[in-house]
Amino acid sequence: MYPPKFDYLRADSAANALELLAANPDAKVMAGGHSLIPAMNLRLADPGTIIDIGRVADFKDFSANGGIVGIGSGITHAMIAASSDVPAALSEAAGLIGDPQVRNRGTIGGNIAHADPASDLPTVLVALGAAISTVSSSGSRMIQAGDFFVDLFETALMDGELVAEITMDQDGANTGSAYAKLSNPASRYAMVGAAARVTVEGGVFTAVSVAVGGLTPKAQAAPSVNAALVGKAATADNIAAAAAAVQNDLGDDVMGDIHASADYRRQMATVFVKRALTKATERAG
Amino acid sequence: MGNYVGKSMKRVEDPRFIQGQGKYVANLKIYGMTHAAIKRSPYPHAKINSINTAAAEALEGVIAVFTGKDLVEGGVNPIPCGFTPPDIKLPPHHALAIDRVRHVGDGVAVVIAETAYIAHDALDLIEVDYEPLPAVVDAKAAAQAGAPQVHDEVPNNVSFTWAIGDEAAVNAALAAADHVVELDLINQRLIPNAMEPRAAVAQWDSAMEQMTVWTSSQNPHTIRLLLSAFTLGIPEHKLRVISPDVGGGFGSKIFHYAEEVIVPWAARKIGRPVKWVATRSESHSTDAHGRDHVTHCKLGMSKDGIFQALHIENYANMGAYLSLFAPMIPTALYHTLMAGLYKTPVIYGVTYGTMTNTTPVDAYRGAGRPEASYVLERLIDIASRDLNMDPIELRRKNFIQPDEFPYQTPVALLYDSGNYDAVFDKAVEMADYSAMRAEQATARADGRLVGVGVSGCIEASGAGPSAVVVSLGAAIGLYESGAIRVHPTGKVTVLTGAHSHGQGHETSLAQIVGDELGIPVSDIEVIHGDTERLPYGVGTYASRSMAVGGGALVMSAQKIRDKITRIAAHQLEAAVEDMVYDRATGTVHVKGAPDKSKAFGEIAFAVTLANNLPAGMEPALEETSYFDPPNFTFPNSAHIAKVEVDKDSGEVTLLDYVAVDDVGNIINPLLVEGQIVGGVAQGVGQALWEHGAYDANGQLLSGTFMDYAMPRADGFPNIRVGRTVTPSPSNPLGVKGAGEMGTIAGTVTVVNAVMDALAPLGVRHLDMPLTAEKIKAAIAAANGGGN
Repeated sequence: MYPPKFDYLRADSAANALELLAANPDAKVMAGGHSLIPAMNLRLADPGTIIDIGRVADFKDFSANGGIVGIGSGITHAMIAASSDVPAALSEAAGLIGDPQVRNRGTIGGNIAHADPASDLPTVLVALGAAISTVSSSGSRMIQAGDFFVDLFETALMDGELVAEITMDQDGANTGSAYAKLSNPASRYAMVGAAARVTVEGGVFTAVSVAVGGLTPKAQAAPSVNAALVGKAATADNIAAAAAAVQNDLGDDVMGDIHASADYRRQMATVFVKRALTKATERAG
Repeated sequence: MGNYVGKSMKRVEDPRFIQGQGKYVANLKIYGMTHAAIKRSPYPHAKINSINTAAAEALEGVIAVFTGKDLVEGGVNPIPCGFTPPDIKLPPHHALAIDRVRHVGDGVAVVIAETAYIAHDALDLIEVDYEPLPAVVDAKAAAQAGAPQVHDEVPNNVSFTWAIGDEAAVNAALAAADHVVELDLINQRLIPNAMEPRAAVAQWDSAMEQMTVWTSSQNPHTIRLLLSAFTLGIPEHKLRVISPDVGGGFGSKIFHYAEEVIVPWAARKIGRPVKWVATRSESHSTDAHGRDHVTHCKLGMSKDGIFQALHIENYANMGAYLSLFAPMIPTALYHTLMAGLYKTPVIYGVTYGTMTNTTPVDAYRGAGRPEASYVLERLIDIASRDLNMDPIELRRKNFIQPDEFPYQTPVALLYDSGNYDAVFDKAVEMADYSAMRAEQATARADGRLVGVGVSGCIEASGAGPSAVVVSLGAAIGLYESGAIRVHPTGKVTVLTGAHSHGQGHETSLAQIVGDELGIPVSDIEVIHGDTERLPYGVGTYASRSMAVGGGALVMSAQKIRDKITRIAAHQLEAAVEDMVYDRATGTVHVKGAPDKSKAFGEIAFAVTLANNLPAGMEPALEETSYFDPPNFTFPNSAHIAKVEVDKDSGEVTLLDYVAVDDVGNIINPLLVEGQIVGGVAQGVGQALWEHGAYDANGQLLSGTFMDYAMPRADGFPNIRVGRTVTPSPSNPLGVKGAGEMGTIAGTVTVVNAVMDALAPLGVRHLDMPLTAEKIKAAIAAANGGGN
């Protein structure tokens, strides 16, 4: 594989990364390189300059305090998959990404900044209500996951802005989360991905948050499912009925390809939301 | 039993492979070496109005750019086809297209540059003015009136029609049959995907006028012959072809490819070595694909399930050009296997080989035989359901019996040996078949879709008797060479015309020679893959290396033993007929006097001294033999799979897989098990996942691993392997081919299992790959369109 010629710059700190980015506004930022490099090898991307932030220690912090987990943008999928501090849905999804080599190189920050609609993590972060902190030369800000993903390969990040950290609530008492996906048999990307977090108290759902991805241009919250389930008894029938409500949240832009048509993916949204809810409910117990 | 044959020895080649020390073509570096990249058509079918290479040539670091016209003017001839049934229409196959491109990936120009990166940059600077033409993709649609024409030389896109059997007799028997199962099926196109992409390096020595070509091939001698006698015209004695370590082939590296022509031609033209290594995307669009049949078939039987006649009408997609052995696959390697394990008295089959705007199709692991087994074993599976009979019982009723061998089938082949009931007995026992059926009944009662699939397959491997393959249309005989060179210290070099690209010949052939001569395998080095070091060789495909290549080595070992025995008799002053060669110890002694003996190494050195040899004996211990087997070998199998289909999603889970194969005597059980397990995985890949897909306009949709689904370990339970042994009388070792049966049986076994799971819904047949969506749609249709 032979990418077009490019310049390579390596940042040694977050501040240095922002400086390099300011000096090279057309550069592409790379962490693990597992989305960018294949695109360059196929000559679908020709960034001219790459700024490698893969070794920036500032982005590799990991914390779990007071029920909140903070994951630096440079943390790899393998580390997340192995963590018992992060919500179960997140470690589960991270463990389903690619293969061990990909998981050892790929990072959560790179993944979400790329905003591939078939990616697993955006769906999970939307369901978990994660917050994404960013840094730029004008300071830092926090974006809710639901606002971060804008469209196909498009995020709320502005030019010169980098993902610094992702924070979210841990799975607390009586709470469980899960991720279920229908994988593309070739790439193993999600053709349909469903993430759910539920709280069950006294046999009743008191909080439900579901999101789907893979079939829509961006990770999509499923408020209809949440509404259909909160206040209901945690039973298989209730889960099945509520899962079907995801159809109201899919919009008109369901995608299809040679592996699965849009119609089939639409049907499977219900099936995989049900699976995610069922597993999350078991974990809540 | 010898010291080695029959033992599971670890592969001697593995330490270098697992430590990254293998020497593949891509590893080769030669002083002054340049790099080639090929400009390829993005169109499935287009007229080339012009090619402008000026900007590419002007790029710094570009040495030359050549087009198809340059090659023809430079004396390059079209790539030949090596299997030509009567009346075949042979369209020219140029290494680079000249005035028309005929598939996505068809080469139009080559850039030679100082680095591979520059060569690829230059590709973007070549301007080709294409005029798109309508394209045809489907094997059967290509032959219909009004279809776009791929070659002027091939009217209606039908390159050849090949038939076997008495059609009138078959039709009469079908008309008289109590029950006829009729089926339309598609055996979809596959992309082989050897782990190592194809590669070629060439170096021209102008002083000696000698060309050396390194190529990732399964048969370097064949490539040398074709380069010499057909494409480049370099005299064979001035041409050396080396296939060093090769990372898998699965058939796709048998053929003579355009790049093997372009690279040496360019190396000579520019006077510097040239290297080309395929990118994975190039592999997808230019390695010969496999399968791609559209078939209509009928099996007639009596009401109690005795097969009476079989009728096959088949359209085989040849792609845009006829690859080296392409016409052989859906003809001589396909229809001749339609008897399967059964005594069907009359069989007729016809194949139309059609040209389309797709990548050429040729042999891919199994090559015609998986397609044949798929037809037959699908028909039988449906028959068992129609007759409400257990699929194993129905098969057993029709088996050729052990006392009926050699068995002449109605489709040309003479089966060598077999005991099919024994193979099935073993599979039934290993699978605990009745328990499997009981579990299935319980699952069905619970509303779950659990299926058990069965197949009984056969293949003709170890090609072949040259007289037979040549009479069927092959351009060369399929014997094999094997030479043994004994060095003065008693160490041995084995030279084989077979080629190892994953099979482990360096181990298994050493085991054979170690036992034949009674010497340690650590004293034996197996050399393959270099036309300069070996006698003429045919190569490795069609599961032939042990049966044919091993046979040649047994012959050479016999000659070595005979000579050693004569020398020992001379030195011990005994009669030759009183000598005993002990193959356990590698010593020769006088009968009844074991202390009067000579060791292998002693004789080896004595030969070199040449001061005490029988009068007139030549002082050398080196023998070469060529083995041309009297018949193919016929390995056979009984495979049983258990699957569950998820009713909600249509996803298939493979729960259990039992593979019992009779591959005759076994040299190395570990290697055979590896072949079977890997083969099954490849076969199941076709059943469930793999598809070389084109859209209706001829664009390759599965052009990368993002869209071409390979089988992976997490899709499989532990594959349980068993065996029965019925030695083959066709070669001195009694072995049968082991390399392809897993693939042949794996596909249809799993499809039968999934169809069994769906049987309660009335689903009769679905075409592969059995994607979740396809299955879900069938479930929904069976439930009246609902979910």
